[in-house]
Amino acid sequence: MKKTLLATAALILAAGAAMAEVKVGMITTLSGGGAGLGIDVRDGFMLAVKQSGRDDIDVVIEDDQQKPDIAVQLADKMIQSEKVDVLTGIIWSNLAMAVVPAAVAQGKFYLSPNAGPSALAGAGCHPNYFNVAWQNDNLHEAAGAYANTAGHKNTFILAPNYPAGQDALTGFKRFFKGDLAGEIYTQLGQTDYAAEIAQIRASGADSVFFFLPGGMGISFLKQYADSGVGLPVVGPAFSFDQGILQAVGDAALGVVNTSQWSKDIDNPTNKAFVETFQAEYGRLPSLYASQGFDTANLLISALDKAAPSDADAFRAALEAADFSSTRGAFRFGPNHHPIQTIYAREVIKEGDVFTNKIIGVALEDHADAYAAECKM
Amino acid sequence: MSLVLIAEQVLNGLQFGVMLFLMAAGLTLIFGVMGLINLAHGSLYMVGAFAAAAVAGATGSFLLALVAALAAAALAGAIVEMVVIRRLYAAPHLDQVLATFALILIFSEGTRWVFGSFPLYLDIPDWLSGPVTLPGGIAYPLYRLALIGVGLAVAAGLWWLTARTRLGIQIRAGENDREMVAALGVDISRLYTLVFALGAGLAGLAGALVGAIQSVQVGMGEPVLILAFVVIVIGGIGSIKGAFIGALLVGLTDTLGGIFLPELFKLFMEPGAATQTGSALASMAIYILMSLVLVWRPSGLFGARA
Repeated sequence: MKKTLLATAALILAAGAAMAEVKVGMITTLSGGGAGLGIDVRDGFMLAVKQSGRDDIDVVIEDDQQKPDIAVQLADKMIQSEKVDVLTGIIWSNLAMAVVPAAVAQGKFYLSPNAGPSALAGAGCHPNYFNVAWQNDNLHEAAGAYANTAGHKNTFILAPNYPAGQDALTGFKRFFKGDLAGEIYTQLGQTDYAAEIAQIRASGADSVFFFLPGGMGISFLKQYADSGVGLPVVGPAFSFDQGILQAVGDAALGVVNTSQWSKDIDNPTNKAFVETFQAEYGRLPSLYASQGFDTANLLISALDKAAPSDADAFRAALEAADFSSTRGAFRFGPNHHPIQTIYAREVIKEGDVFTNKIIGVALEDHADAYAAECKM
Repeated sequence: MSLVLIAEQVLNGLQFGVMLFLMAAGLTLIFGVMGLINLAHGSLYMVGAFAAAAVAGATGSFLLALVAALAAAALAGAIVEMVVIRRLYAAPHLDQVLATFALILIFSEGTRWVFGSFPLYLDIPDWLSGPVTLPGGIAYPLYRLALIGVGLAVAAGLWWLTARTRLGIQIRAGENDREMVAALGVDISRLYTLVFALGAGLAGLAGALVGAIQSVQVGMGEPVLILAFVVIVIGGIGSIKGAFIGALLVGLTDTLGGIFLPELFKLFMEPGAATQTGSALASMAIYILMSLVLVWRPSGLFGARA
């Protein structure tokens, strides 16, 4: 009797050692105007955790309200009192800039499911920082490349005045070979674009490129369609994701946008992801959901090889990126940002639902422009 | 920069201004008459937009949606006044700020609970969509012209209400001396509920009208609320006329500043940096305007109280 008890205890202990709890802190936007993005990242992430069948991953989820000061407080709390091993979840680049450098300096790992500011990809890169989504410039570079193939010669570009907006216009200009009819920075969170649309009309442009994520994009597209300007529009996927297309409606039909993910990328992982996401949450996934899903799967693949407490082994396991991504092949560049194919998609209507369809490749196996500046 | 473009931008500024006026009018009435700082005014704007989106989705009629927005926001306002606000008239402003801030959170999460986190669809009706050509060859969206018209009509209606009706007399009297009004036999608590519902209804109408060209989403009211506060501070707290002039000033400054400041900086800076500095300064323009007005007239343009 005593023997079996001891054996059981030993077994439990052994199991405990093998299944050391991993604590993941997710700071993301779950309230306010940007909540749709954070909810998609969270749902994608939790779906992957659930599908892995592991019960040793403890995810602490907190809402940053899209405010940098709140995000910093949450990060401090998670590191100091929750003792998390890995942080993730931040949507907005200005919040990432406030949280990530301090977190990785304290020896924590940060896996970015969305924000990829240029400052963290170049000189500010860090061995413990991994971006699973893209470097901010990437989709805009692809939009610039697509604008060349579409024959646009004189384009008008606009983006909000914040780090990701500046990265966006820089990225577009890096690849676009035509002239700029105008370049505007709008206010972050701006909802009325009448003034900008009037400038577009007066500029003599032959096309428009814009980066206005979330609600800003809805407002711009509706007002643009109603203004009758009618020039072709190119943008990154952020204004055409599954969450907001229904709110834009017909105004988005036919617009070409660039994305590293689409629900019709043909591989078994993606097919299963789209189906199970829809079954679990009753809606189609967006690119944000796919990024959350990939982030969790990357984390799980690394946990299979090493524990975060063994930092070097865990880092090597993350670098290997040995997981099957919804995007197909996935690999990291030397600065821990993805090297990936970016597609051009067109907004279509499937029955009653607005969604995207891939129409071609905008940039093949594309790495970011800052990798060379990264020394680690 | 052509004359047509400038004319179009002035129209845009006017349209933005009259929509701000719908928000600011209610805010200034409530503050003027009841002495209450209502931070939840932006939530009533959101309630209007969501009610309009829900009704437009169910019936397909934009006019019905507007009526629903007005009714839903006024009803929400009346309920809030009777349940929460009524207890706060004697309380210090800080308690009012705290309670109405709590209302923002309750409204936001309540709306999310009912409608979900993703933006709703609300579009301009066919008979108001597309641009029209104005004299001088300005192509301008018909819907925005209609917004200017509605805003001016509401301004005229409010002027008539406060200057020419018995209710208006009571409102103005309540502003000056509420004890005396009550002593004269006016049911002051009914008057307060009415004023609050009226302000809420105007906010709801603005939410629905603007929701059709913007995105109907949780939290849409807060940025507008800040601007509406700037408007009533510039105009003088409690003054409808002040709210109207203040709203047009803020609308025009914000719109024209966003266009001309970057152009101005391009005269002596390289274009990329000029756009960035110009836009940064443009977003400060209305606050600079507010401070200048306050230096000149500490109680606002038409403010009665110091």
